[in-house]
Amino acid sequence: MSTATADRIAQLRAEGEAAVASAASTTDLEEIRVRFLGRKAELPNLLRDVGKLPPEERGPVGKGANQARQALQAAVDSRQAELEATELESKLAADIVDVTLPGTPVTPAGHLHILTATRREIEDVFVGLGFSVVEGPEIDLAYYNFDALNHDVHHPARSEADTFYVADDVVLRTQTSPMQVRQMELQAPPLYIIVPGRVYRPDNDATHTPQFHQVEGLAVDEDLTLGDLQGTLLAFARAIFGDDREVRLRPHFFPFTEPSVELDVSCFNCKQGFLRDGSRCPLCKGTAWIEILGAGMVDPNLYGYVEGYDPDKHQGFAWGMGIERIAFLKHRVPDLRMFFENDLRLLEQFG
Amino acid sequence: MRLPLFWLTDYVDPGMEASKLANRLAMTGTEVDRVHAHGVTALENFVVGRVLEREQHPDADRLSVCQVAIGEGDVATIVCGAPNVAAGQTVGVALPGSVMPDGTKLKKAKLRGIPSNGMILAEDEVSIGMDHAGIMVLDDDLTPGTPLADVLPISTDVLELEITPNRPDCLSVYGVAREVHAATGQPLAPAPWATDPGTPGPIEGVTIEVEDPEFCPRFTARLFEDVTIGPSPRWLKARLMAAGQRPINNVVDITNYAMLLTGQPLHAFDFDLVAGGRLKVRRAGEGEKMLTLDDAERTLDGSMHLIEDGDGPTSIAGIMGGQRSEVQPTTTRVLMEAANWNGPTLQRTSQKLGLRTEASGRFEKGLAPEQAMEGQIVATQLMLELTGARLVDGTIDIGGEGPAPVTLRLRDEKVTRLLGTQVPIREQADILEALEFGVHDAGDGLDVTVPAFRRNDVTREVDLIEEVARLWGLEKLPATIPGHGMSARLTTEQRLRRRAADALVGAGFSEAIGWSFQAPELARKLRIDLPAVKLRNPLSEDLSVMRTTLLGSLLNSVRHNTARGTEDVRLFEEGSVYFDRPHGRTPTAAEARSTPLPDERMHLAALLTGRLHPASWGESNPPTADFFAAKGVLETVLGALRVPFTVVRGSDPFLHPGRAARVLIGGEDAGWLGELHPGVTEEFDLGRVAGFELDLSAVLPHANVAPLYEDLTSFPAIRQDLAFWVPADRTASELVEVVKGAGGKLLKDVSVFDVYAHEGRTSLAVRLEFRAGDRTLTDEEIAPQREKVVKAVASKLEGELRG
Ligand SMILES: [Zn+2]
Repeated sequence: MSTATADRIAQLRAEGEAAVASAASTTDLEEIRVRFLGRKAELPNLLRDVGKLPPEERGPVGKGANQARQALQAAVDSRQAELEATELESKLAADIVDVTLPGTPVTPAGHLHILTATRREIEDVFVGLGFSVVEGPEIDLAYYNFDALNHDVHHPARSEADTFYVADDVVLRTQTSPMQVRQMELQAPPLYIIVPGRVYRPDNDATHTPQFHQVEGLAVDEDLTLGDLQGTLLAFARAIFGDDREVRLRPHFFPFTEPSVELDVSCFNCKQGFLRDGSRCPLCKGTAWIEILGAGMVDPNLYGYVEGYDPDKHQGFAWGMGIERIAFLKHRVPDLRMFFENDLRLLEQFG
Repeated sequence: MRLPLFWLTDYVDPGMEASKLANRLAMTGTEVDRVHAHGVTALENFVVGRVLEREQHPDADRLSVCQVAIGEGDVATIVCGAPNVAAGQTVGVALPGSVMPDGTKLKKAKLRGIPSNGMILAEDEVSIGMDHAGIMVLDDDLTPGTPLADVLPISTDVLELEITPNRPDCLSVYGVAREVHAATGQPLAPAPWATDPGTPGPIEGVTIEVEDPEFCPRFTARLFEDVTIGPSPRWLKARLMAAGQRPINNVVDITNYAMLLTGQPLHAFDFDLVAGGRLKVRRAGEGEKMLTLDDAERTLDGSMHLIEDGDGPTSIAGIMGGQRSEVQPTTTRVLMEAANWNGPTLQRTSQKLGLRTEASGRFEKGLAPEQAMEGQIVATQLMLELTGARLVDGTIDIGGEGPAPVTLRLRDEKVTRLLGTQVPIREQADILEALEFGVHDAGDGLDVTVPAFRRNDVTREVDLIEEVARLWGLEKLPATIPGHGMSARLTTEQRLRRRAADALVGAGFSEAIGWSFQAPELARKLRIDLPAVKLRNPLSEDLSVMRTTLLGSLLNSVRHNTARGTEDVRLFEEGSVYFDRPHGRTPTAAEARSTPLPDERMHLAALLTGRLHPASWGESNPPTADFFAAKGVLETVLGALRVPFTVVRGSDPFLHPGRAARVLIGGEDAGWLGELHPGVTEEFDLGRVAGFELDLSAVLPHANVAPLYEDLTSFPAIRQDLAFWVPADRTASELVEVVKGAGGKLLKDVSVFDVYAHEGRTSLAVRLEFRAGDRTLTDEEIAPQREKVVKAVASKLEGELRG
C-alpha cells in the first residue's frame, strides 16, 4: 500500500473521530456521519474502489479502510447514545408538573355497614369455636317465638305493647331465639349453632329502635356445663374486646334458660372504673364491668318440644347478644337510630 | 323497688356498706340499678336543740327570733318562720354547713336585719314526712347537741333494685332481707308477722262472698272499730318516704307499710260506707261501669272482676278501689282486706283498662296466697298500735293457704354435671336452708321442700341447682371450652353473600341498612302494588307495612345523603323483603297448623347517583350514574360470584321505560336493572338514579363455586373484528347470540366493542376470539367459520358486513 493511501486513511479516521467527539447534538452527529461514512464520503469510496487497485495493494488498503470505517461507525454509535441520553434528560427537565396537585381520583372503595362488619366478626369467632351459622324467618309463629321458649300464655312479652303482630299467631320475631327450636327440629344433638338476624320490638328512642339485630347461640350435647358456657363466652369476649378481658356471670332470669345468667366483660375503657384523670368511667359507670349479653343453660322444658331431645340425657347452653350493643361498645355510636340513617359520613368511618 | 337500708336493718344487718351490699346482691341474682342517698348529708351539722327563748321579730309579723341551745353550752340565734315554735320545745336544728336533701348548703343568713345561725327543721326539710305547716317537736328527754341522725332517720342509702319477674317475693323489705341473709350469712330476725294479735272465726256483721275462687284463691278481712284517723308517727312516715311513698294518714299509711314490708297489697274500706256490711267478688257484667279512686269512670267487660257491696261495685278487684267506700278523715270503722288474685287474669284486665297500679303490678306476677295473711297480720299490729283501734273478733279467710309444699330431690351428681364443678353437699344444704327451703339428706343428694313464697318459681331439680349455684358463687365456676371436636364453616350461600357484598364495597358502594317497615305511601311513590304484610299494631302509620322491595328504603337513604350535601351516592343493601303469599317451603309441624307465614326473600340491591368518581383538576366533568354504570356494577357483582346472566328489556313501572331491564339467570327472572323513572326520583327529590335489585335465591344457586381448569395459555387465541350494519330494532345481545350460534366450536368469546347509529341502522362491531386446545390456529383455518357468521347475521338479522 502506498504511504499516501495509508496516511490518507489515518487522516480521515482522525478527522472523523475528532468531528464525532465534538458533535453537539444528534443532528450534528448525523451530518458528520454522512460526511465521513455516507454514500459520497471518501472512506467508503476508497473501499468501493479497492478492486481498481493493483492486486498487491488491495489487501492492505481494504483492511485499513475497513478498520477505519468500523472504528468511525463505533464512535458515531457511542456518541449517538451519549447525545440521546443528554437530549432526553434536558427534554424531561423541561417537562415539569406541579407535584403538589391532587392525584387523579379513582372510585373510592365503599364500606360494609358497621353492623355487618360487627356481625361478621362475631360469626367468625364462633365458626372458629365450631358453631355453624343458621338463619331463620323474621316473621315467625308466636309458637316458636314464645310457646316453645317456655313463655306461658300470659307472659307480658307477648302483649301488643312488646311485640309486633301480623296475625293472632304470627309475630315479627322479638328475638333470634325462635331458631333454637326450629333448628332442633331439623337436627339431632350434638348441635352447635349461632343465629344472627334482625328482630323487632315496639320501642323507639335513643337506646331502643323498633328493629335491631341479635346473635343467638345454642349448644346442645350430652355433657355441656355452665363452666363450658363461661369458657365459650370468655373466648368470644377476648376475641372481640381484647386478650386482657375477663368475664363474670351474674345470676339472672330468662324463661327459656335455667340457671340464667348475664355476662359482664371487664371494662376496656378504664382501670377499676376510673379514667386516667380520676373521673368515673362513663362506659361502665364506674363499676369496671360491662353487661354484654344474657345466657344460661337450656331449660329442660325446651327439649320437650322436640323429638330426639331428652331432658335427662341432653344438656346445653344458649345466649343472645345485641349486635348494636357490641358495635356501640366497640365504636361508641351515641344514638342507636343513627345505625339506620345510612349517612355516608357515618358509614365511611367503619367497616 | 326502692329499698331503704335503715328499714332493711330492722330485719338483717348486712354488716357492709351500701355499695358492697349492692355488689353482693348483684352477684347473687338481685340486680341493683343504683345506690342513692336519701335525705340530708353533712350529718355533723344536724343536732337536737332546745328553744330557750322565743321573741317576736321586730320587723316581721310571721318571724320569731329564737335562742336555741345546741349542746356544750352553745346557744345559736335562729330566725324561724314556723307558727308553732315556742320556748321550751325540743327541736331538730340544721346548723350552717348542713346539706339539705335537694343539695343546697345552709349558710349563715340575715333575716330582716337579724342574723340567723341555722334553721329549726320541719319534717319535709329532712325528707321524713310531707308536713311543712310547722317545725317538728321532739321528745323532751333528748339532750341538746345530740346528733339528730341518732334520733331520726334523716339520712339513709336506698338501693334501687331490679326484681326479676320470677321473684315477686323480693318486692318486699322482708323478702330482700331473706336474700341478704342468704347472701351475707348475717342473722335474720323473725318475720314481722310471727305474732298475730287476731283470732280466727267469722266476724259478726260482715259477710264476704267469693263467686270465682279460681280468680280469687284467698280473701281475708278483719274489722277494726274506734279508729282515729290522723297522721302516722315519724318512724313510719320516714320509712314510706325513703321507699318512695307519700304518707297520707295512719290507716292508708299502714296498708302501704304492710305492703312494702310483706309484698302483699291491702285495701282499707270505711266499713260504715260498705252497704249492707257485705262484699262480693264477682265477674263484671259486659259494659258495666264504675267510678274508681282516680276519679275516672271505667267500663268493664265479662272477663274482669269487681268487688261490690249492697249498693253495687266498690273496687276493681286487685287493681283499684272505688271512691264510695274510701277511708275518710271521719272514718271510725275500718274493714281491712288482704286478698290473693290470679296474676294472668288480673294482668289482662289491667292491660285492657290501661290501668296499672302498685297493687296490680304485684298481683300480676303471682303472689302466694300465704302472703295475704302475712300482710293482714302486720296491718293488724299497726292498726292496734297506731290508730287506737279495737280489733273485732274473728278473721274472714276464704280459700285459705295454697297447695301443700312440694319436696324435690336434688341429686349431687346432677349438680356437678350441670355446673361443671362440684359443690360440697353441706354447702348446698346450708344455702338452701338460708333461703328457707326445708332440707333433708337423701341417698344421692338432698330432699328439698319448697317454701310457699317460692312455689311458682322453684318446681324442678334444675331450679334448685340454680339456687345453689347463684349463692355458692358463679365466680367459682371454671371456664372450659366444650370438647366436642366439631368443625364448622359458613355455608356456600353465606360465603357467596359475603363475596357479593365485598365486590360492591370494592366497586365503591357503601352498605346501608334500612327499615324493614315502611309507610304504605312508599308503594304509591314507587308505583308498585305487591301483596305486602301489614302490622296489626305498628308504632305509627309510617312504619306499618313490611317492605316488598329494598328500593324504597334505599331511595330514602340516598335522599338522606343528598339532602345533606353529598351529591355522589353509591349505596347497596342486602336484606329481607316480605310478600303476603305462600312461601313454598315445606312447612314444619307447627307451621302446618298455624296461619301461613309470608314469603320472605333475601334481596340485594344497589343504587347510584351523581358522579362515578370525584371530579378533579384533570377531569372537571366525570361520567355520571346511568343505566350502563348500573349494569357495569351488576356485571362486577355477578362476575365476582361467577354467575352468568343476560338482560332483556323490562317494563317495571318505577323505571325509565327506555332504560329498564330484567335480569335473567339460568333462564329465570332474578330482578330488575335500570334507571329510575324521573317521576319516581322526583318524589324523592333526586336527580338521575340507576341501580338494580336481585332476589338472591334466584342468583346464588347459579354461582360456579368450583370452576374447572380451562387451558387458555398453551396456544394463543386468534382474534377477528367484524362490523355489521343491522336494523335499528336489533339488539347487541341478539347479534352476539347469532354470532355465537354460527361460529362453531372454536369460537370461544364474542364481545361488542363499538356501537353507533346512522340513518335508521345500527353499526355493531364485535370481536371474535377463536382458540383451539391443541394447536395454534391460522386465519385460513377459521375463514370458513367467519363466512358462516357473516351469512347467519345476514339471514337471521338482515345484517350486512360493513366495508
Ligand atoms: Zn370503665
